[in-house]
Amino acid sequence: MKSKVKHDKQKSVKLAGPTFQDLILQLQKFWADRDCVIQQPYDVEVGAGTMHPETFLRVLGPEPYRVAYVQPSRRPADGRYGENPNRLYKHFQLQVILKPPPADIQNIYLESIRAIGIKLAEHDIRFEEDNWESPTLGAWGIGWQVLLDGLEITQFTYFQQCGGIDLDPVSVELTYGLDRIAAYLQNVDNVFDLRWSRDRKYGEVRLVEEQQFSAYSFDYAAPETTRKLFDLHEREANELLEAFKQSDAEGKRRFPILAAYDQCLKCSHLFNVLDSRGVISVTERATLIGRVRQIAIRIAKAYLAQRAPASASASSEEQEKQAEVTA
Amino acid sequence: MSAKSASARKTGRYLREAANKEQAKAGFAELFLEVGCEEIPAGMIAGAAKELQVILNKYLTLEKILDGAEVSTFGAPRRLVATCPRVRLKQEDIRKEVVGPPKSAAFDGQGAATRVAEGFAAKYGVGVEKLFTVSTPRGEYVAVEQLITGRAAAERLGEVIPRAIAEIPWPKTMYWTGAAGLRFIRPIRWVVGLLGGRALQFEIAGVTAGNATSGHRFLGKSSIAVSGYDDYVAKLERNYVLARPEDRRERVERELEKLATGKGLRVNEDAALSELVVYLNEYPSAILGSFDAAYLELPDEILITVMRDHQKYFAVRRRNGELAPHFLAVINLERDVKGLVRAGHERVLRARFADAKFFWEIDQKCRLADYLPKLASVTFQAKLGSYGDKVERIRALSRWLAEQWFARGIHEARMAAADRAAELAKCDLVTDMVREFTELQGIVGGLYAKAQGEPEEVYWAVYDHYRPTGMDEPTPRNLTGATVSIADKLDTLIGCFAVGLAPTGSSDPFGLRRAGLGIVKIILERKLPVSLVETISAGARGLFEYAQKIKVPPEVEKSVFDFLVDRARYVFTEREGFAYDEINAVIAAGADDLVDARDRIAAVREIRKTKNFEPLAVSFKRIRKILEKAGSEKTWRFPAVRPELFQEEAERRLHAAAARAAQEAERHKKARGYKDALQGIAKLRPEVDEFFDRVLVMAEQEEIRRNRLTLLAELLREFSTIADFSEIVTVEK
Repeated sequence: MKSKVKHDKQKSVKLAGPTFQDLILQLQKFWADRDCVIQQPYDVEVGAGTMHPETFLRVLGPEPYRVAYVQPSRRPADGRYGENPNRLYKHFQLQVILKPPPADIQNIYLESIRAIGIKLAEHDIRFEEDNWESPTLGAWGIGWQVLLDGLEITQFTYFQQCGGIDLDPVSVELTYGLDRIAAYLQNVDNVFDLRWSRDRKYGEVRLVEEQQFSAYSFDYAAPETTRKLFDLHEREANELLEAFKQSDAEGKRRFPILAAYDQCLKCSHLFNVLDSRGVISVTERATLIGRVRQIAIRIAKAYLAQRAPASASASSEEQEKQAEVTA
Repeated sequence: MSAKSASARKTGRYLREAANKEQAKAGFAELFLEVGCEEIPAGMIAGAAKELQVILNKYLTLEKILDGAEVSTFGAPRRLVATCPRVRLKQEDIRKEVVGPPKSAAFDGQGAATRVAEGFAAKYGVGVEKLFTVSTPRGEYVAVEQLITGRAAAERLGEVIPRAIAEIPWPKTMYWTGAAGLRFIRPIRWVVGLLGGRALQFEIAGVTAGNATSGHRFLGKSSIAVSGYDDYVAKLERNYVLARPEDRRERVERELEKLATGKGLRVNEDAALSELVVYLNEYPSAILGSFDAAYLELPDEILITVMRDHQKYFAVRRRNGELAPHFLAVINLERDVKGLVRAGHERVLRARFADAKFFWEIDQKCRLADYLPKLASVTFQAKLGSYGDKVERIRALSRWLAEQWFARGIHEARMAAADRAAELAKCDLVTDMVREFTELQGIVGGLYAKAQGEPEEVYWAVYDHYRPTGMDEPTPRNLTGATVSIADKLDTLIGCFAVGLAPTGSSDPFGLRRAGLGIVKIILERKLPVSLVETISAGARGLFEYAQKIKVPPEVEKSVFDFLVDRARYVFTEREGFAYDEINAVIAAGADDLVDARDRIAAVREIRKTKNFEPLAVSFKRIRKILEKAGSEKTWRFPAVRPELFQEEAERRLHAAAARAAQEAERHKKARGYKDALQGIAKLRPEVDEFFDRVLVMAEQEEIRRNRLTLLAELLREFSTIADFSEIVTVEK
């Protein structure tokens, strides 16, 4: 009996697209073959793949880098207690960073779509203007949303600025919306009906999590505690950044900037929780976003200063010299 | 491909090459340019092509390469194209006169050339016999004609084209080759530059120009050699790109029409959407999809917004005008081979409609007015408070306006309806539907109000109160809607001005210029009798009386007034075609009542053509100058003209005629017969002319002089209440 059920399920595997996990494996393989480091999800709550240090920090500075990873992204306000077929508290992004981007990057991207079983000439695939911006990270870029038969499947962005810093070289960021791509490939209307593995559905794996975290962020999260946590993480971040500033060259070299960044991510997530809890007014909202952005911008600066202490101080010395000459 | 078409193509190529040679012999060639890009935002392509045309025409004219024919341009999602059927292969030669030494130094007394002349001639490679004299303000000089031979066009084009491309202005640009690299709308990936079929040599953003274009991403070849414009258009079409927008437009129309009529349906016309899909697709085709008829219970506005704004689909109607459970999507393919595209689009639309239906139901679990308290937590502007505060102010101002309309003879004005509509106007901002579909603000409120049994006057007012959203967009359909719309916009205007947010330069984050134009448009269209000054004061009172208690100083009220009058000025010139001096003349005489001001401008325009008018305007200007020269009125003006001081018959006649004309003009003015009033004034011309012919205003005797000045001052005042004639620009100096 048991084996028969299994057999049925196996048969249906052949009828529709890849399972959720196979989709991830295919894309990872595709990008691994194109010299990407395959990283793992970051272990602090984030609202988007961009917040992973492998994107936020790696796009800064001149060193070339290529990386791909899956990032579970928490959007507390989008939670629907697992009752909406399309909306999730947590969804999965596959994030790719190519720094600098190759000239045929659009074609390479389209190859990746072919690699997951979509015959390009049989579908309406288009790049429609959509400039991405993250006010909390002081980051923005120019690009498109990629539509597959009217469904947004990827955000394609030429990063121009991150942490308030102009990027040189620029990076291309590709963010695949894994849940919706899988739903499309499997021709499923409800995300919870997705086949995650050969014998498990998305709902079996994740429904409880959706229910509980929706309940937490809409109904249970204690606003006062959450605010306090926000303040504490903010304070820790600012104290770290202050200590970095006071450090000598050797102290700066060993300084835990990455830990300060974790504090920034905590603030961002706690802000999202407060927002979904419906306890912040529009003005307070802008203020809180501004506070997180301030930390992000200072971290980006500190990160660059730490990584290029010699050249940074050399260039500032040079500037000083030049100033003397002109004076 | 068949042998026949291949050979036909070959013949085509020979013919083209022959034509090229022919043109080249005459010294001309076709110029062809294509900038291949990653997808350019659809809404910007046509504008950018137009800019490129202006820029290239400018450069090619400067370079003296153009010869009769002009550059034309067009664009598609991945390309901007410029072509000129005939440009010079060599820049035009220029003859230039070079002025040298003075004639006196160049030739001696006998007229023989000196060493100076020889040196000058030698410098320009000619003998002294080629020198000639020119006279300048400083005296006679010798000069020589220098011939500057034009350089090869190919060389100049290689330099000028990259500059022209980089000069195209875009709303937002990016860099991709490094922070110091070119800024453009999206990365440039290939460039075609041909002069008479031969590749031009230049480079832009690291891309070398060549002769190869690129076809449709999935259906065409990625590298296609082309020899010129005709060849380009033909080859691209074979590679599933309709390069010219008119070809795409025609295909879109044909495809939509075919699918709709095939089902006995018709396309819901949408010119803006049509233009958008023309620039979103390189090879546009249409598909007809369906959705569950149960969704037709949702209002048309919501269904159409979801289809148009979010999915760029055309709605489809039955013959009786009702929406049909179908949509038309324009896709970038030749056809939907396996029906996969249709299935995909249907799936996406299903999810969108499911969301909309969910919002429609959940929002209406309470009444629209029940959302009012929530507006207190939605900030309108930090210093101007919440939307809750704004609603209080809009209600008060709407009631005040309705009262004004009624008092001024518009008996359909209802204070209660205005108050209710203003109360409900902003409630939809906190509904889920508007949070998801922000472009439906107002409309959703109106629909909910309707579904919940509000009277028609009220729900249409809520529905329309954001109107007009642009100068060519409709104004609210009923008086209450017009009332709430004016109140809302005016409150924003006065409030923003009061807290220092008046627009500066190109920055206008609150859209105040559009709000101002909206107010003016509604007043003029509905011919609303209203005093701007009093209305602004009423709005200012509201800001002080409610919540934030913002004091609006008189100078701010004055700047709001001037701001609105400036918007009116714009409407009068750009939209109604009045001459600016006619408008200035009328506005100088007062613009508190805009409808009245427009009537007066129309009267001035009509009367302007009559023979007496312009000469009279000249005289009025003269009067104004005389009075200005005479210094402060206090020093000369009598309380009234004193007839006993008149010396000349001309003075008496002018005085009498003016009195008669004033009486007549006043009568016409009361009946708003401005044209007749102006005509009466214009009849004064002979008396005015006679006065200036015979009378010296600045008489020696002080009393007589003061009396004459007083006469002129009265004349000017009496006859400047409709329009200030001295503002009219006249032909005589």
